[in-house]
Amino acid sequence: MSAHAAETTFPPDSFYDTGEHHPQNGTMLGFWLYLMSDCLIFAVLFAMYGVVGANYAAGPGPKDLFDLGLVAVNTAMLLLSSITYGFAMLEMARGRQNAVLGWLAITGLFGLAFVGLEIYEFAHFIHEGAGPQRSAFLSAFFALVGTHGLHVSFGIVWLVVLMVQVRKMGLTEPNRRRLACLSLFWHFLDVIWIGVFTFVYLMGVLR
Amino acid sequence: MQERSELMQTLFGRLTLEAIPYHDPILVGTFMATAILGMSLLAYITRKRAWGTLWNDWFCSIDHKKIGVMYMILGIVMLLRGFADAIMMRAQQAFAFGDSMGYLPPHHYDQIFTAHGVIMIFFVAMPFVTGLMNYVVPLQIGARDVAFPFLNNFSFWMTTAGAVLVMMSLFVGEFAQTGWLAYPPLSGIDYSPTVGVDYYIWALQIAGVGTLLSGVNLLVTIVKMRAPGMTLMKMPVFTWTALCTNVLIVAAFPVLTAVLGLLSLDRYVGTNFFTNDFGGNAMMYVNLIWIWGHPEVYILILPLFGVFSEVVSTFSGKRLFGYTSMVYATVVITILSYLVWLHHFFTMGSGASVNSFFGITTMIISIPTGAKMFNWLFTMYRGRIKFDVPMLWTMGFMFTFVIGGMTGVLLAVPPADFVLHNSLFLIAHFHNVIIGGVVFGVFAGINYWFPKVAGFKLDEYWGKVSFWFWLVGFWVAFAPLYVLGLMGVTRRVSHFEDMTLQIWFQIAAVGAVLIGVGILAFLVQIFVSIRRRDSLRDETGDPWNGRTPEWATSSPPPAYNFAFTPRVHDQDAWYDMKRRGHQRPTSGFVDIHMPRNTAAGIVLAGISMLCGFALIWHIWWLAAASFFGLIAASIIHTFNYDRDYHIHADEVSSVEDQRTRKLSALQKAGA
Amino acid sequence: MLLFPLVFLLAGCDWVVLRPSGDIAMQQRDLIVVSTVLMLLIVLPVMALTALFAWRYRQSNKEATYDPEWHHSTQLELVIWSAPLLIIIALGAVTWIATHTLDPFRPLDRIDAQRAVTADMKPLKVQVVAMDWKWLFIYPDYGIASVNEMAAPVDVPIEFSITASTVMNSFFIPALAGQIYAMPAMETKLHAVINKAGDYEGFSANYSGHGFSHMRFRFAGMSGADFDGWVAKVREAKDPLNREEYQRLDQPSERVPVRHYGSTMAGLFDAVVNLCVDPNKMCMRDMMAIDARGGLGLAGVYNVSRLSYDRPRTQVSRAQAEAFVLSLCQVGPEIMISPAADAPMYGLLR
Repeated sequence: MSAHAAETTFPPDSFYDTGEHHPQNGTMLGFWLYLMSDCLIFAVLFAMYGVVGANYAAGPGPKDLFDLGLVAVNTAMLLLSSITYGFAMLEMARGRQNAVLGWLAITGLFGLAFVGLEIYEFAHFIHEGAGPQRSAFLSAFFALVGTHGLHVSFGIVWLVVLMVQVRKMGLTEPNRRRLACLSLFWHFLDVIWIGVFTFVYLMGVLR
Repeated sequence: MQERSELMQTLFGRLTLEAIPYHDPILVGTFMATAILGMSLLAYITRKRAWGTLWNDWFCSIDHKKIGVMYMILGIVMLLRGFADAIMMRAQQAFAFGDSMGYLPPHHYDQIFTAHGVIMIFFVAMPFVTGLMNYVVPLQIGARDVAFPFLNNFSFWMTTAGAVLVMMSLFVGEFAQTGWLAYPPLSGIDYSPTVGVDYYIWALQIAGVGTLLSGVNLLVTIVKMRAPGMTLMKMPVFTWTALCTNVLIVAAFPVLTAVLGLLSLDRYVGTNFFTNDFGGNAMMYVNLIWIWGHPEVYILILPLFGVFSEVVSTFSGKRLFGYTSMVYATVVITILSYLVWLHHFFTMGSGASVNSFFGITTMIISIPTGAKMFNWLFTMYRGRIKFDVPMLWTMGFMFTFVIGGMTGVLLAVPPADFVLHNSLFLIAHFHNVIIGGVVFGVFAGINYWFPKVAGFKLDEYWGKVSFWFWLVGFWVAFAPLYVLGLMGVTRRVSHFEDMTLQIWFQIAAVGAVLIGVGILAFLVQIFVSIRRRDSLRDETGDPWNGRTPEWATSSPPPAYNFAFTPRVHDQDAWYDMKRRGHQRPTSGFVDIHMPRNTAAGIVLAGISMLCGFALIWHIWWLAAASFFGLIAASIIHTFNYDRDYHIHADEVSSVEDQRTRKLSALQKAGA
Repeated sequence: MLLFPLVFLLAGCDWVVLRPSGDIAMQQRDLIVVSTVLMLLIVLPVMALTALFAWRYRQSNKEATYDPEWHHSTQLELVIWSAPLLIIIALGAVTWIATHTLDPFRPLDRIDAQRAVTADMKPLKVQVVAMDWKWLFIYPDYGIASVNEMAAPVDVPIEFSITASTVMNSFFIPALAGQIYAMPAMETKLHAVINKAGDYEGFSANYSGHGFSHMRFRFAGMSGADFDGWVAKVREAKDPLNREEYQRLDQPSERVPVRHYGSTMAGLFDAVVNLCVDPNKMCMRDMMAIDARGGLGLAGVYNVSRLSYDRPRTQVSRAQAEAFVLSLCQVGPEIMISPAADAPMYGLLR
């Protein structure tokens, strides 16, 4: 940006803004910054997985554990939930409260299905003896996928709270802003999952 | 130890009466002193019937100015604790030679140096820096508050909760004995099975949330809330450095959160990230923690570079030399600070090319830093320099910091680092830059902005006493450490055999005492200034003939900062307004929209602290209960939509009229 | 204050970093001096100018020019940025070269400034293990080992292989050469030479726990004949250093007196690096070979008894302490090394 690009639009001898000055609302920027910082947490977890992801400690590797079919279903759940959240946002733009709530509920159900499948997968691994303690690879796997799963679970709680608030207050300005934030959050988790799916599951099994 | 009943185990986890160190006279004494001090403070507050005010107007306040002040108080309190650790270390090393083992066994000594590092960085330097930014940045950009006032209050209490946990480790259990970065495998469950490292982890995690959120908050504030006309290249330099620091916070602290999270999984769940077992990799921890750690030192120093810029320019009565290059230098440092982390462990054996790459990138940072030094120098050139206390600190900084910078570049040469790494030379170096840069800068900032905060200046005599004791004390304390480093003496040692070294440690101990006098003089300075406040009073709001917008409003500023948002035409906006004969508007006030106070921040932080404590002591039911309580309390908070109110125009008008009268009285007195 | 490294360089006393006795440390000392001088080229003028400007433009000096609007000068800014740049270019070049020539992993090419290493010089091999909290030195060519004492003949290249048994330490003999970390399951290298006979101090330069302060050893530089004598003396020690003795030694202990072992187990250091001195443990090397082939599959989950290398330092143990991955094959019989036939005798060198 150039130093003096933004020429002032007020006269040079005016020193005060005599009305009430309204700065722009910074919530979306702030939330986006938070997401980027969250992204760094995932970056660390990915890096950890990249470094120790092949240290099976003479135990099972990805090929022995991962069931790509299950993960594909899981991925579909999350991707679909992103789409339905998108529909909710479209309805919000039209101001149709009940439609928003409907799509949000569907989104939440998809999210629950995702988390449920993930818990099933984890329980299955642990049952087989391949818990996070078994090897550095499994530690990194559980930490990365588990952190993502925790985020989705948290997102579901948030979604439910927002649904209650929208029902109570309607599509007010603050609620629209909150819905937009959750939308960013939800799609962000989708993007992270695509990384997890590719980097952990696909490359793990196909390598 | 007898077996505890299952019930006790469930109720209290591993917390037993044994955890209270009643057999250690030093700790018992400290506890008594703290208790007496605390009780008398509580009694004083009760007698003054100040609890309501304290709770409503301070603890629940979302006013960035009050939060800034609370950060500074937290920093001062923790400075006393951190310094007590320092003087205990100096005393131990001055005595523990040959047959004398000193008065601290390794078990205690190792906790002290760990706590000293952790406290000074996280709970002294960080609160000071955050406090200054919190107070000054919104005023400098002509804003009414920060972008997210509630988050600001919450961040402060999270930082405080972390500090309380660290302090608690003094009297309940113990602190980590690992060094301030807690390298595994030493910090792993096998080699540090007790609660020390857990205190470390949860104190930093809880405080880290606060730091991160305050980083996001100030970043958005600076980006979105600047006064009309204040383009990026018209921002005051302190705000610029604050912007860069907050970029660094947002981009570095998540790494700390993640790496400490992995360490706690290792300790709590039995995962194998950093163990020797099952394919773990401890070197990954060292890399990750320094990927946060190096930016962290720039997080600390950059805002103080901003303070020095403001001070030099104000007290030289001159515009800052090379504003543009100053800004670019800051940005370059911000970016480069991510490309140097490996210089903290050249000795891990990364190979010559990797080591030289990181060595050279480190040296490159000294170029913009050097440019800054020259800019301050040429700001003084052809100025009219007033040596008030803030300027004295700045001069002390300029002489001290160049030496610290020089030894820093020396340590960046990998083969030289092989002989100096982990030595007392390294200790001397980083204290040279942290005390010479951060601490001197904080004191410059406190002396500079105190009149804005309180409405009266700080006492000059005691300010000078404090400065000279600090400056001389610093050199007496740390020059011997440079020497000892060149004698091949390493850090974190609690007992020596070589008697010839003793004299150097004794000199260093004297230096520490001098610094102690400096700290004391600072406390006296504040105390004396409050007593003499009427003679030190400043009604103008602009005691130093300042140049940036924070000096345009009254001291202390009203809750709404500016009745009318200033319009900015120039870098030194207030100087520009004064030069071109602005008129302070005295009528036509309008309602002002302000955020409302809330107790949510302190409640949430309190629950977080409880959760941390429960996790440290393995009290699982309490950990679970407080965790769900935390979520529930956050949800309840989101149902509060009534978060702001309007200050009525009449009220604004009466406050402003009062100031008008004071200013015209001053004018009459002057004429 | 500023000049103290230089001043004391001349004054001399026990400034071991500035007056070392080994060629590597000597070169590192020279590098410190050169870098300091290079930086003083800019630091001194800055400090002088600071003092000068502070004095000259003080408020009470009404004769000095006051120019409140002067805040920019392109020429000056050019100087401001290019002066440090030039210094850093010079220092950067020095750094690049020195970092490569003084890389601890690189075999020596000179004994000192005058003498190069010749092909017939066989380096002395020393294997170093940092333990809780003492140092073990194994001389594989002689089949001997010692605790907290190390000897080396002067003017002979020494090749250190360094590791640790539990946590990170740093192996440092300031008179000899710079330090390098000693890390469990990791092997670092150091090449150095001692040029003057004498007793020097060595220690851990990286905090490793309770007994860290006394984790010190004597490093003796000796004439070739004296060294041969030392080796002979160590050989007289009855104790063998076998797996069992190593595991006993590996228990945490502080201020451990010097101790000699007249014979050692073949491949002991290798077993230490691979964390499998305990024959029940699987060697890291084997584990990594298995991992490279994709692990042991689901059957591997039952194999968890032998990969737990970390041992609690105190009684407070954790539940998993019993878990480790079983080693897959039987460990062969221990072969003790008696002095190898070709072990160099340094007394005969000259």
